[in-house]
Amino acid sequence: MNSQDQIPGLEQEKIDSLSADILRPVRINKSFLLWITFLFLALIICLYVYSIQLRKGLGVTGLRDITSWGMYIANFVFFVASSLVGMLISCVLGLIGFRWVTPIARIAEIVAVAFAAVAGLVIISDMGRPDRLPYVFLYGRVQSPILWDVTVVTTYFVLSLLLWFLPMIPDIAVARTRLQNRPSLLVKVYGILSFKWVHHPEQYKILNQAVKILIILIIPTALAIHTVTSWLFAVTPRAGWDSTIFGPYFVSGAFVSGTSALLIAMYFFRTNFRLQSYITDYHFERVARLLFLVSVVYLYFNLNEFLVPAYKMKKFDAFHIHELFAGHYAFAFWLVQLGGLVIPIFLLIFRFMRKPLPLLVISIFMFTASWLKRYLIVVPPQGHPYLPVQYVPQEWMVYKPTLIESTITLATFILVLIIITLLSKFFPVVPIVETAREESDQEAKSHEKH
Amino acid sequence: MGEKKKNKKPEETEIQSIVESSRREFLKNASITGAAVVTGAAAVIAGFRHERAKKKGEYVKVLTTDNKLVKVPVEEVEGYQMGLKELQERGRVGIKGKRWIWVIDLSKCRNARKCIEACQSAHHLRPYEYHINTLVMQESVNTPAYFMPKPCQHCDNPPCVSVCPVDATFKRQDGPVLIDNERCIGCRFCMAACPYSARIFHWQDPKDAETDKGKEYNVELNIPQRKGTISKCLMSCDRLRENKLPYCVSSCPNGVYYFGDENEDAVTNGTTKETVRLSELLEKNGGYRLMAELGTKPRIYYLPPKNRIFDFEKDRPEEKDFII
Repeated sequence: MNSQDQIPGLEQEKIDSLSADILRPVRINKSFLLWITFLFLALIICLYVYSIQLRKGLGVTGLRDITSWGMYIANFVFFVASSLVGMLISCVLGLIGFRWVTPIARIAEIVAVAFAAVAGLVIISDMGRPDRLPYVFLYGRVQSPILWDVTVVTTYFVLSLLLWFLPMIPDIAVARTRLQNRPSLLVKVYGILSFKWVHHPEQYKILNQAVKILIILIIPTALAIHTVTSWLFAVTPRAGWDSTIFGPYFVSGAFVSGTSALLIAMYFFRTNFRLQSYITDYHFERVARLLFLVSVVYLYFNLNEFLVPAYKMKKFDAFHIHELFAGHYAFAFWLVQLGGLVIPIFLLIFRFMRKPLPLLVISIFMFTASWLKRYLIVVPPQGHPYLPVQYVPQEWMVYKPTLIESTITLATFILVLIIITLLSKFFPVVPIVETAREESDQEAKSHEKH
Repeated sequence: MGEKKKNKKPEETEIQSIVESSRREFLKNASITGAAVVTGAAAVIAGFRHERAKKKGEYVKVLTTDNKLVKVPVEEVEGYQMGLKELQERGRVGIKGKRWIWVIDLSKCRNARKCIEACQSAHHLRPYEYHINTLVMQESVNTPAYFMPKPCQHCDNPPCVSVCPVDATFKRQDGPVLIDNERCIGCRFCMAACPYSARIFHWQDPKDAETDKGKEYNVELNIPQRKGTISKCLMSCDRLRENKLPYCVSSCPNGVYYFGDENEDAVTNGTTKETVRLSELLEKNGGYRLMAELGTKPRIYYLPPKNRIFDFEKDRPEEKDFII
């Protein structure tokens, strides 16, 4: 290879073998084309359904005056929640100094970028007048938590995109010389995006500083996005939303959904991209412990959120608690609390459950439950306002999402999959240079011991 | 006729522009008529004659907004339509010096629902779209049920206004909380924030969407109603501007509503037209505000349902099932 590839402090063979493995999936093959065509076709169908909503108004959804926020808002909260995993893995764990996160940090960032990008679109689908979106910027009022939310979600998206991209520049430089048999457009893009990277120690120094600043910036931003999202509810006087712990309750819940999303993504990339030697059982074991920790914290907040009002049973809190514990939403509630939280926590205690396949199953349960949990946070408190609901059509009393609504929600998931697919298919999902450095450090350490 | 360009003070321009624009309008129309009837020359004569005739016509004295008396030809005063900009500016500022206040006497309400009908017809709403609704209330099994008309409470500390991201819903200096559907983005945060469930959303095309098309939007009446935006009780601000009582207040057959100005400490009953002292009315009858503990400071006062002279059970309606 050419001389530009000389990375200070690293052996050439190591880089060669790593990039051979990691760059192998970076190509356009049949299964990729099939998958992406399927996604885009599904998206087009969903967009057609959205055009019906645009034409006829939000009346095509199950939303009415009593429950005026439904699946869209629940989905928005879920997306913001899932995007928080980027901050947890790369920033919190990275900053503490856990080196094992290196090979999975980029996957976490991809998940974060995809969910944060689509969260903004989800909220537009809930607007009665999406054509007036610019008004938020033209006439925005700082008193409104929506303004705060728009600001922090956009900031978080940009920062996450940078945190995904900046540390990847050396990898792109490495890949640029090794991807010559790939489509010429891809090679050209790599040429541009590598920004004439020559692996000079000074370049690494600057890059490391930039990444460090990003990591520090992302932590408060990520906390802000989900805290502010929780305030969309907590600032209203409705029983069930009127809670002082909504901020940390949402953030801890976000770590559960984000970590389970990460585990699902890790499993997928490990098997489909054949990265078993980089995303190892050890990494699954580590992330499983993390999942256990965040789940226990979330369980603690759940206990506070439900047990305290349930003990007092204030009139309107009592309606809400009853609906969840034994009423209309009881099945979903216990499914989420037991199947999506208590039982997984119990299972995660056992070592054999912290292996990739059992973890995949547990994560799918927790991820789905996390979505349903957002639905249960958003919808039930609106069903029993302070004043009775009378003289309105019967079908307004209970909110039932329509097929159109569900399809549009599905579209947002398809968009997430498209973004994840494109980012992971055209760029290395595991850091090459960082992993190489990590491995040679490990070897040096074990050498010293002997 | 050449365009006269004068440097006028901005206050003067309002009436002047009314005069000028309608004169121009007239000349145009007169010319067209003339041309159709005889020839171009005839048109000039007709126009000239009419110009003279107008000078002889009657004038009215009009007080401008800045307290200047001006004379305007009678026929030109008529039919003047305020533009959107004027309506919006006027609607956001409110009526100076007033603090509108509303008292609802629960001991008199028999659920006649005339207020609701008047409101819905004024604001072009469907039978199940309420700016004001009468609810059957009962605190506990041992306390009697009663009817409670529930309009927007026009809070002095309105949670809906705080959360609005685009200043579409706003609090006016004379009391009412209004909604500007030219601005509303349809996020429904205000609905989520309102503890009184006072707001409605247009999930589909509003009832009179077709016939209201092209009408200039009046924020004090919220017509034309718009799909994808919020609507709510407006305290009939359009009527207050004409010195009339709100639609609901004046249509009540049972004397439930008092409406007036807090600054004057006087409220007028919509049915009997009797004007009473506000402070006295509240003091003697134990006036209270709905869910005052939330700190929203409503502008609507309720008088408790005591000493009712009618049989509640006889008036209790069957729940109407609306078919959409």
